[in-house]
Amino acid sequence: MQIDLRTVSIKPLRHTFDNVARRIGADKPASRYQEGTLDMQQTANFHYRPTWAPEYDIYDASRTAIKMADWYAFKDPRQFYYGAYCLARAKQQETAEANFDFVENRGLAGTLPESVRDTVLKLLVPLRHVAWGSNMNNASVCAYSYGTGFSQPHIYHSMDQLGIAQYITRVGLLLGDVQTLDEGKRAWMEDDAWQGLRRFVEDSFVLQDPFELFVVQNVVLDGLLYPLVYETIIDDVLSSQGGTPVAMLTQFMTDWFTETKKWADATVKIAAAESAENKAILGKWLTDWRDRAAAALLPVARIALGDRTDEVMGEVVQQFNARMAKAGVAI
Amino acid sequence: MDMQVAKKKLGLKERYAVMTRGLDWTPSYQKMEDIYPYIAYEGIKIHDWDKWEDPFRLTMDAYWKYQAEKERKLYSVLDAYTQGNGHLNVTDARYLNTVKLFLSGISPLEYVAHRGFAHAGRQFPGPGPRVACLMQSVDEIRHAQTQVHAVSNYNKYYNGMHDFHHAHDRVWFLSVPKSFFDDAITAGPFEFMVSIGFSFEYVLTNLLFVPFVSGAAYNGDMAAMTFGFSAQSDEARHMTLGLEVIKFILEQDPDNVPIVQRWINKWTWRGYRVLTLVAMMMDYMLPKRTMSWKESWEIYFEENGGALFKDLARYGITMPKCAEHIALEKDHLSHQAWSTFYNYAAASNFHTWMPDEDEMDWLASKYPNSFDKHYRPRYEFWREQAAKGNRFYNKTLPMLCQTCQIPMIFTEPGDPTKICYREVDYKGDKYHFCSDHCKEIFEYEPEKYVQAWLPVHQIYQGNCFPEGTDPTVEGFDPLAAVLKYYHLENGRDNLDFEGSEDQKNFAEWRGQATKNI
Ligand SMILES: [Fe+2]
Ligand SMILES: [Fe+2]
Repeated sequence: MQIDLRTVSIKPLRHTFDNVARRIGADKPASRYQEGTLDMQQTANFHYRPTWAPEYDIYDASRTAIKMADWYAFKDPRQFYYGAYCLARAKQQETAEANFDFVENRGLAGTLPESVRDTVLKLLVPLRHVAWGSNMNNASVCAYSYGTGFSQPHIYHSMDQLGIAQYITRVGLLLGDVQTLDEGKRAWMEDDAWQGLRRFVEDSFVLQDPFELFVVQNVVLDGLLYPLVYETIIDDVLSSQGGTPVAMLTQFMTDWFTETKKWADATVKIAAAESAENKAILGKWLTDWRDRAAAALLPVARIALGDRTDEVMGEVVQQFNARMAKAGVAI
Repeated sequence: MDMQVAKKKLGLKERYAVMTRGLDWTPSYQKMEDIYPYIAYEGIKIHDWDKWEDPFRLTMDAYWKYQAEKERKLYSVLDAYTQGNGHLNVTDARYLNTVKLFLSGISPLEYVAHRGFAHAGRQFPGPGPRVACLMQSVDEIRHAQTQVHAVSNYNKYYNGMHDFHHAHDRVWFLSVPKSFFDDAITAGPFEFMVSIGFSFEYVLTNLLFVPFVSGAAYNGDMAAMTFGFSAQSDEARHMTLGLEVIKFILEQDPDNVPIVQRWINKWTWRGYRVLTLVAMMMDYMLPKRTMSWKESWEIYFEENGGALFKDLARYGITMPKCAEHIALEKDHLSHQAWSTFYNYAAASNFHTWMPDEDEMDWLASKYPNSFDKHYRPRYEFWREQAAKGNRFYNKTLPMLCQTCQIPMIFTEPGDPTKICYREVDYKGDKYHFCSDHCKEIFEYEPEKYVQAWLPVHQIYQGNCFPEGTDPTVEGFDPLAAVLKYYHLENGRDNLDFEGSEDQKNFAEWRGQATKNI
């Protein structure tokens, strides 16, 4: 016989785990984000040093120049633990699927003006390689950074960028075919317009400081690329030329950037607020890499913007500077 | 003219290829060896990363959709279980000690697996293995978190789990699973894949994960059972990855075979030693047993593993020779382990107890060659002593094996009356081992294993007392100080189950549901 236990009213001995209680200041009910994040990474009494990097512990805060008294100061404003993350992305992919269906079923790809389709394919398809590079860089930050509060969002980001590379691939296949993808890769490898960006991405692969890599990839490069390509060129410029179906196909990227930049900003803000030293390091990274990224993106932007390139790029950089100033780092 | 109509549809395999491999390129602005610096030093030769067969083809959109569906179901079961005081439905409060063992010993390893696969995924130059590893990395953080979430409600009502992260990094026996994963993640990326991807996920998973899940199912623990079943389809992917890794490495170059064979030997033994904890869980800690450790070993390793190694014979891989040793230990392993934990119950984060008469009979029937002869008399003696108020707690610290870090409790293969000791002199120090296999592992990489953080040594060196402790003061109680360092509360988290707060509370709370009081 099943006894009805719901009627039993018992007083719990405690409301959460001790490590969580210590961090939230009291023994009170904690969220799934908190219980699934705080102190998840081991911190003490490691048995062996990595044979691949014996100068460091398995997890080692000294891998980065950024210094934090407590690495769990970093909190994800989206409160993403795995379950919350997957639920959010599943919803977005449903929208993306509906958008792809809509464009496909109504043959909207065929209604695109030739010039818009050409521009989209030239501009967008090589960007699948940039997203693939970001997949690798975010895996790197996840693997080598310290504290789950900071490392965790990077594995989600890594998988997101793989997803984005795959959505771009689908756009390429929908508006073109397999040869379109090959042509995009050829341009990525050979065309002058792409070499600055490819060099930027390959240079980021050898960065050793995980926090710097976060800044370079997720704050700077994406911070310029997404507003430029998705928010301005596709949603704005091409849409006004009859390219609205393309904006539907890249809605995932637009929404994704709006969401993830809140986390990137919060992360920069927390690190900068920690100390003047952190702020100075962040200022230097942001400035140096912003200038390199803006220069690398210029010939790419020209594919779609022609004469207006410098003007638009200038605006995007201005916006980026304002964003960073709001996060506490004036550049 | 509509170009769309003429377009050729891609097959599944081609489509997956453009979604993954097609994204990769050969860099020219930075050197490959600077981008992938850890890929050569283990001596594994890979000539063609494109020969990698994708073990499963899952694009991210499908992954999110499928996983979100599983998460929705899992958390709705957990919520209902919590709201309905489901914890009072477990067979008996002794069962909760299995949950404690799992949360402090196993869940933190899921987290290390998450970071380890992120590392391996980052370091492999082939896009196929990278995608598969990163997908496993994100799955593993899922496992770590769903386990913490599933156990969260137990922690509210029962002792021993309240500071499990802290415990994992410190408590003496938890250095066994911790050092196992530390060993794997500090190895090179190929060895990591063989240790965790193949040996752990493929060869040993049915002996580790499955007993906990079926133990939960048998004992009314809906929470653990649900996350266990929910993780199963992830595990299926991980197993195919583990097998593909092995085949891929072996097919790439004949020089890889002896290296892989050594890793398989090492990690089968390392993994088996960690399974000591599972063996005693199965034979002693589950109020309602699923099967004995010995049966489990025979089915999942001797039969299934035997078939696997037959299959790998075409690559020149043979059954690790430690299998013979393990076969000799299978009548003894769980009993020797439980006796040890019974001894050291004062310093542990879960309770132990002596089996009752029925349980002894069950053990005798499952272990006809060993139980009545070697272990029953010992238990009956301890039980008598406990009845007289002399419950035995061993306060002398044991010698540990330098490699597996288990106390030197195991007997000579073939002679259950004699403790097995091995030792090695290295750079002026003496190192001790539980077996030839642990000794051999040390001898191959002494510089690695001399680093081991051995809990007993650390206690004797004074490194396991709270900050500011003065061990020279009169009446200093080392055990009390160590418990403080562990964040364990004496009398609540430790000692015998008989008389514990868990026992008392569970009885009282269940009584409220079944009686009119
Ligand atoms: Fe797992
Ligand atoms: Fe050992």
